[in-house]
This record gives sequence, C-alpha cells and structure tokens, in this order.
Amino acid sequence: MAEQNYIYAVARIRAQELSLLNASFLDQLITSADEEAAVKMLEEHGWEESESVEEMLTSEQDKTWQLISELLGGDMSVFNVFLYEKDFHNLKAAIKETCTGGTHPGIYVAGGTLNPEDLERAIKERDFASLPENMRHVAEEATDVLLKTRDGQLCDCMVDRAALEAIHQATKHMSNELLALYGELRVATADMKIAVRGAKTGKSKEFLQTALAECDSISATALADAAANSMEAIYTYLESVGYSDAVEEMKKSPAAFEAWCDNIIIRKIRPQLYQPFGLGPLAAFILARDNEIKTVRIILSGKRNGFSEEYIRGRVRETYV
Amino acid sequence: MGNSGMFWALLGAATAAMLAGMGSSIGVGKAGQAAAGVCSEDPTKFSKVLIMQLLPGTQGIYGLLIAFITLSQTGILGGAGSEISLVKGLLYFAACLPMGLVGLSSGKRQGEAAVASIGLVAKKPDQFGKAMIFPAMVETYAILALLISILAIFGVGSLAI
Repeated sequence: MAEQNYIYAVARIRAQELSLLNASFLDQLITSADEEAAVKMLEEHGWEESESVEEMLTSEQDKTWQLISELLGGDMSVFNVFLYEKDFHNLKAAIKETCTGGTHPGIYVAGGTLNPEDLERAIKERDFASLPENMRHVAEEATDVLLKTRDGQLCDCMVDRAALEAIHQATKHMSNELLALYGELRVATADMKIAVRGAKTGKSKEFLQTALAECDSISATALADAAANSMEAIYTYLESVGYSDAVEEMKKSPAAFEAWCDNIIIRKIRPQLYQPFGLGPLAAFILARDNEIKTVRIILSGKRNGFSEEYIRGRVRETYV
Repeated sequence: MGNSGMFWALLGAATAAMLAGMGSSIGVGKAGQAAAGVCSEDPTKFSKVLIMQLLPGTQGIYGLLIAFITLSQTGILGGAGSEISLVKGLLYFAACLPMGLVGLSSGKRQGEAAVASIGLVAKKPDQFGKAMIFPAMVETYAILALLISILAIFGVGSLAI
C-alpha cells in the first residue's frame, strides 16, 4: 500500500487519539475509591460495559484491532508482528497440552495470527512443516525437549526466545523505521528482564544463552556472561551498550525497571503524534492502546487488592498522549 | 512553420492549466482523504475540514486564469487570432511556465500541509484559525508565480516582435 494511502487512516487515528487515556485521567483512576468506581469512570469515558474487568479489557483490545482492520481494508499482515507473542504463547500451550496429555480448556489466547486448533493438530501429528517458517524448528525442538526432559521452563525459554527472534527478524526487514525500532527495543528489553531475573535466581550461563535472543544493541552471549556473573556485571555491560537509563531504574526497584521497559517504547513512538502520513501513527496507536490497557489492568488489580495509591502509582506506565 | 508561434502560445496556456490543475487535484485529493477520515469519526467537524480541503484548489484556478489571459492575448479566444511570430509564441510559452510548474509543486505541498492541519483540527478544533495559516503559507508562492506569469504575458503582448 502506497504511503499516501494511509492519509485517511492517519486522520481517523488522529481523531481516535482524543479518546486515549492521559496521565491526569490515570491519576483520577488511581485516586478513585475502589475498583468499582474506577470501572465506572472508564465506562463513562467510553470503555465497553462488561460483566467482568477482564472482559472489558479484552473488548477494548478487540476494538483497537477492529479499527485497524477497517483502516487497512482487512489486510493486517503488516502488523502481524504485534501478534507473534500470542502465537508463540499458543505454541507453548499446544506443546504442553500434547506432551502432558488431556485437555485443558482456556489455555489458548485469542487474537493471534494462527488458529490454536491448527497449532495443536500440528504438534499432535508432528506435522511441523505446516507451521510458519519462524516456528517450525523451535516447535519440533521444544516438543522433543519437553518429552525427553519434562523441563517445562526450558521449553518455555526456547519458545520465548524464538518469539523474540521472530519479532526482530520480521521488523528488521520492514521498511518502516518505527516497526524496526519497536522490534529492537522489544527484544532488548526482554533480554534485560531475562538477564536480571536470571542473575537474581542464579541461572547458569547455558540456560541464559538458551533464553536470550540476539538483537542489534545487545549481544546475547555477552549479556549471558554478565548475568551468570553478577548484577554489577549486568550494569557494566548495559552501560557500555548505551542502556545506562535502564541500569538506573534497575537499581531503584524491579517495578521501576519493568515500567521503564514499557515507557522507553512509548517515549520512542511519541513523535508519531505529529506525523500526518504513513504507517507509523497506526503502529504507534496499537502500541499506545496496548500500553493503556496494561496500565488500566495494573490500576484495577491494585485497587482490587487494596494496594496504596503510591504503590500503584509506582507501577503505572507513561501515557502516549 | 506558418503559425508555429501560435502553437507555442497555445501550448503555454495548456501547460499552465494542466500542471496547476494537476497540482490542485493531487492536493485536494490528499486533503479530501484526511477530511473524510476525520468526518467518519466526528461529522461535526465537516465545515472546518472542508475549508482545509479546498485550500489547495486555488492553483487550478490560477492556472485557468493564466490560460484565459494567454488565449485572449493571442486572439485564440474569440476567434480573431492573427499570426504570431515563433519568438513571440515561445515567449508566451515561457511566460506560462511559472504558473504551471509552481502550481503543480505548490498544489501538492499545500495538500500535504492541509492534511497535517486537518489532523490538528481533529484534535484541537479551537485551533482552526492557526491550522489554516500553515497551508495558506504555501499559497504565497502560487500567488507570486501567478503575478509573474500575468506580468510576463502582458509584457510579451506589448512587444513588437
């Protein structure tokens, strides 16, 4: 689709951006009396009335994809990369269900690019050739590993790494700069999270190497070496590759670092608010909505569990608008 | 070669109308897409975005004006056309070029500026006045080209060559 063809889509997105939640609205949600009051505020803002909070959030997610599908005339292939994580989650679920036997309802997430039933059939029949190329090899390898070792965590790590590699590869070959940046940051932040958790739980270098994905700004081998060594080694390595702001947040608290991982993406996509043409504003809107839904989930869950306003505020992500 | 001067003068008039018209159609088309996008979300902004959409349409009108003046000066319009020398015909052609070329370029660019301003109006309707100024700035150069083309056409008309 030619760049000019997104003019209509971007104009609609500009109008839709008015309904995105801003920082002051999120603050009102945090200071609301309880979860019920927060949900009421969201409904007044135009969020779907639903029987449960989870239904409300799912329906808001669906609304975003319906809009994008309408704007792109049904051909969403350019944004499939945002759905890879759902596909790979379903792959993990299919492998585990097949290897452990029996049926476990509700293990698959909806909204991916692949039908979970097809994934399950491919794993059960060992028909790996019917899977997409970026999934074929890891599906076979992870199934064999789980059957032989019964090590679910290792299986998860292998599939998660494959998901990150698929995102990085797909976005790297796209002509859109924003999507390429998203791919790079998504993999880099995921690697940092894995390294920090690995260092804190004392994981071996071999395990870390299996879990970490390669990207342009981070060497998986070097980060695995650092994580197997100490937190200080991770700080030194990340500072050497230009992620000193991530290190600052890591030193504050795990929650601050988790929030930074999402905030860095939102900060990088914010210039798309002033871009009148192209795919960038659409991609940014999808990411902004995902971020918004994640933040609302954090706030509502904090309210439900009676956490203090300050505690919730420390976990709230930056907003796009 | 009997009346090749007339051919060049007519080509000049046609070029001014065509190129400026193309610029406007591209600009108005782009702005129209953005306007339709905003209206599909908020139909109350129709009148504001319509004005924005119309802004790149002026180049086409300027091109038409230059074509009319050229046709009138050469006598093609009205049927009283007399023979024009090749040099004079070429001069008419050259006089029409500023409007044609600047009309094409400024029409496209003004359309893009209008798209951006429509995005601004979509989010901040109260900033309509300021939003109008950005695409209107591009108009300056179309007006300058119009002025030069008019002066040149009348100037060429008075030359005894």
